[in-house]
Amino acid sequence: MYDTRFVGGSVPRPDAPDKAAGKALYIHDLIRPGMLYGKIKFSDHAHARIIHIDTSRAERLAGVRAVVTGYNTPEIRIGFIKDNFALKKGKVRQYRDEVAAVAAVDPDVAQEAVDLIRVEYEELPGVFDPEEAMAEGAPLVHETDPRGRPKVDNMVPVPWKFEAGDLESAKRSAAFIAEGRYETPLIQQSCMGTAGCIAEFDLQNNLIIHTKTQIPFLAQNDFNQALAAMGLRGKRTRVIVPTLGGSFGTGLDTHGYEYIAILLAYKSGRPVKIVLTREEEFTALSPRQPTRTHIIQGCDAAGRLAFREVRMLLDNGAYTSWGATTPSVMMLPISSLYRVPNVFYEAKIVYTNNTYCQAMRGYGNPQAAWALECNIDQLAETAGIDPYEFRQRNANVPDEITPMGLQITTCGLDRCLDTVAEKLDWKRKRGKGGARGVGMASLFHVGGSGRVYRSDGTGVIMKLDDFGCVSVLAGGVEMGQGFISALSLTAAEALGVTPDRVSVLTGDTATCPWDVGTHASRGAFTAGNAAIMAARKAREQIFQLASEHFMPRVHANLKRRRKRDPDFELPDFNYERLCDPSEFELRENVVFLKEEPENPMLRVPLEEILRAAHYKEQGTMIVTEAFYDPCNQMLDARTCRGNMSATYIFGTQGAEVEVDTETGRVRILKFVAAHDVGRVINQQTIKGQIYGGVVQGLGYALCEEYKSREGRNLNPNFLDYKILSAPDLDFPIEIECIETHDLEGPFGAKGVGEPGLVATAPAVANAVYDAVGVRITDLPITPEKVLAALKRKKERP
Amino acid sequence: MKKTIRFVLNGYEVTAEVAAHKMLLEVLREGFQLTGAKEGCGQGECGACTVLVDGLSVNSCLYPILEVEGRSVTTVEGLLGEGNRLHPIQEAMVENGGIQCGFCTPGIVMSAKALLDEIPLPDEARIRRGIGGHLCRCTGYVQIVESIRRAAEKMAAQGERDS
Ligand code: FES
Ligand code: FES
Repeated sequence: MYDTRFVGGSVPRPDAPDKAAGKALYIHDLIRPGMLYGKIKFSDHAHARIIHIDTSRAERLAGVRAVVTGYNTPEIRIGFIKDNFALKKGKVRQYRDEVAAVAAVDPDVAQEAVDLIRVEYEELPGVFDPEEAMAEGAPLVHETDPRGRPKVDNMVPVPWKFEAGDLESAKRSAAFIAEGRYETPLIQQSCMGTAGCIAEFDLQNNLIIHTKTQIPFLAQNDFNQALAAMGLRGKRTRVIVPTLGGSFGTGLDTHGYEYIAILLAYKSGRPVKIVLTREEEFTALSPRQPTRTHIIQGCDAAGRLAFREVRMLLDNGAYTSWGATTPSVMMLPISSLYRVPNVFYEAKIVYTNNTYCQAMRGYGNPQAAWALECNIDQLAETAGIDPYEFRQRNANVPDEITPMGLQITTCGLDRCLDTVAEKLDWKRKRGKGGARGVGMASLFHVGGSGRVYRSDGTGVIMKLDDFGCVSVLAGGVEMGQGFISALSLTAAEALGVTPDRVSVLTGDTATCPWDVGTHASRGAFTAGNAAIMAARKAREQIFQLASEHFMPRVHANLKRRRKRDPDFELPDFNYERLCDPSEFELRENVVFLKEEPENPMLRVPLEEILRAAHYKEQGTMIVTEAFYDPCNQMLDARTCRGNMSATYIFGTQGAEVEVDTETGRVRILKFVAAHDVGRVINQQTIKGQIYGGVVQGLGYALCEEYKSREGRNLNPNFLDYKILSAPDLDFPIEIECIETHDLEGPFGAKGVGEPGLVATAPAVANAVYDAVGVRITDLPITPEKVLAALKRKKERP
Repeated sequence: MKKTIRFVLNGYEVTAEVAAHKMLLEVLREGFQLTGAKEGCGQGECGACTVLVDGLSVNSCLYPILEVEGRSVTTVEGLLGEGNRLHPIQEAMVENGGIQCGFCTPGIVMSAKALLDEIPLPDEARIRRGIGGHLCRCTGYVQIVESIRRAAEKMAAQGERDS
């Protein structure tokens, strides 16, 4: 436990006033001199051969400055395994495939020009269902792999398999077994600020790109590769991240539109802006991948989990992005949520002619939790044990090593379960019928970053100025989650200044230190730790300077005092101590002697020391840096074992619902979320993360679904793709942050960005089951599905 | 075809040469460089573009520019007092965690203003209805509703003191 002054409080975020005033600048608000507007021509087919692209009429349109296709630009490969291209040649594999693009002096002209482009296709049979895509003779989405070797099936070459213990014998000896099949739909992240970028070149042909991303430094690398493909090898990229209107995983990869803006900017010699419309955001960004899960779990007679068998099928869509790596995170709860000795998990990922998928907040965990936590309720029922009691009996404990090799340090799962049960009045309300019910579900996720890349590092630079203020330059990205707030409080706390003295600067690869990306709920955790390390170095230097500055200063002060007041008695100082750096402390912007914190003679404002350092002979300044790379491990590619995160988070959520048996409508009466957060950094922002997560999770549970027919999205707008609005949430949401004080976390904190939505949907589904005895297995839990299930139940009780 | 229109924008008389088919949002953002009102959808579904026209909140992305002739338009920029003093609603949003990514914020602030101008002390359900036309993906609305409630209380107390 740390004694803190600022960490743990409840304070407004530093970026809020500008946002409240409408002054924060999002990509939509940025204008560069001479800027052109880019527009993309997307495919008209889900799967077709491109015969010919006629851009001549677009090129002749007044106001058009550049037109690009895959045929008049160098090939730029993109994506996690480079099976995608910025502009398509030869064939389109999904409706969102980019076949051409224009840059024009205004958006209307750009649109008109795109409409003038004619593409001749030869349609090919498509495949839209992942099971059909695996069948013999299914049309091939890719005829060759990224290296050009012929492909014989639609399997994405990223297989996932984890095995521990002896599944078969555990199955034979289990007292109770429950089996289920669960599905989740595509989900659009639905950032309120759509995606976009402005690409431009300086006169040395270095690229400057303002873009909506969570990975400025990895994007920099991607764009450098694109420059090399364009014949600009050795040229540099500077990525600048504007204020983000949400991100939720959309910014974890670079996108076709960014490369297209780059190509257009190079061709036209002008800055080119591409901002997606809301419809394009739906149809041309990568949603959260859909899953089909077959799960079997078993326990012994006492209700102790014996085994878990999970087989999953993921629809990759036409190309491969980070969505294909989400099974690595799904594996965490599947192997390690509750103590279960025998585990089998396999995930297959299949190409189809659907939109290709990405990761979204939770990184696969919501899909895994959906199957897992619904099936736990099934198993508890089979075993005749209350599901809350069943979870408690199997709950993880501190200092446990799981079959996957995850080293659980702190663990608040039992407290999370108790809190939810208590707040829901579980004992009184469970199993009472009357179309009302309560349900709960738990979660397990990375809380100390997650090593998905070889590095899991993050840099922080601390720069102190003449006025005792600190610039904290960080490689992480603020996308609304409160990164800047958490980092400024952590930095202030660690350094010994007040938070108002700290400015956090992010989002510019030219000035900020390297960071692998803002994902895996890692921002505040890793940057906070780096800030603590950088602050430690700064304090050493400050105390060194203090030890040089104090004595002459105190001396001069005393002399001056003596002059004014001849009767003044020289106090009895231990002057030696004033020359010893280890004797000093810095707190709330004042440097003082540890032993005499209140002595006014021995308190010097930080700025005085810094200024003296700048102005003295052979002066100096204080700029420190630190690179924090957590003590976690990358998964072993073969065994899928490894301690992926430096610490893990737990949480339990619960719902009380009422089901209208006439309409099938599920009404939430109360929602409760208890999360092991390690330590709260800012009460206000952490609650915001959990509330926001819960409401996204409730949308996942009840209404969100990206619908497609034969690869074409049918609901690319917020009337048809329903996300929850304020009047829908006419029930209390109660949050409890359980503090477990993790030793690896900055001041004990664990990551909190994602977990808010992980357990939400199964908690609701379990409550619906308690209320009316029907189990909905495919999300969302719509009134139609509930009604149909009620009807089935009546027919075959 | 261009037309000249006159209206009051954030308290000042302005004129603008506009293409007749333009919507108010585009003219505000591009013509007047008032980028506080956001385009979240451009089709009346998200409320990010909300401004006040004669005191009523409207989706400016669907509000034909010719309709503002002779009217008074207030954008989020118009709420800021001298010396960058935030309006009590904006201040409450800052103080109570009503803002995350902030993209929805200017629109919600304007609807909250229209609501509190009409009903000084709305109950929670009324506040939720009052911002029912807005989508926020980040906050789950809890702290936004709380912010508006606090702003209402503060403004009411202020009003009593002033009168
Ligand atoms: S931009 Fe006007 S309602 Fe969405
Ligand atoms: S704060 Fe991000 S959409 Fe509302």
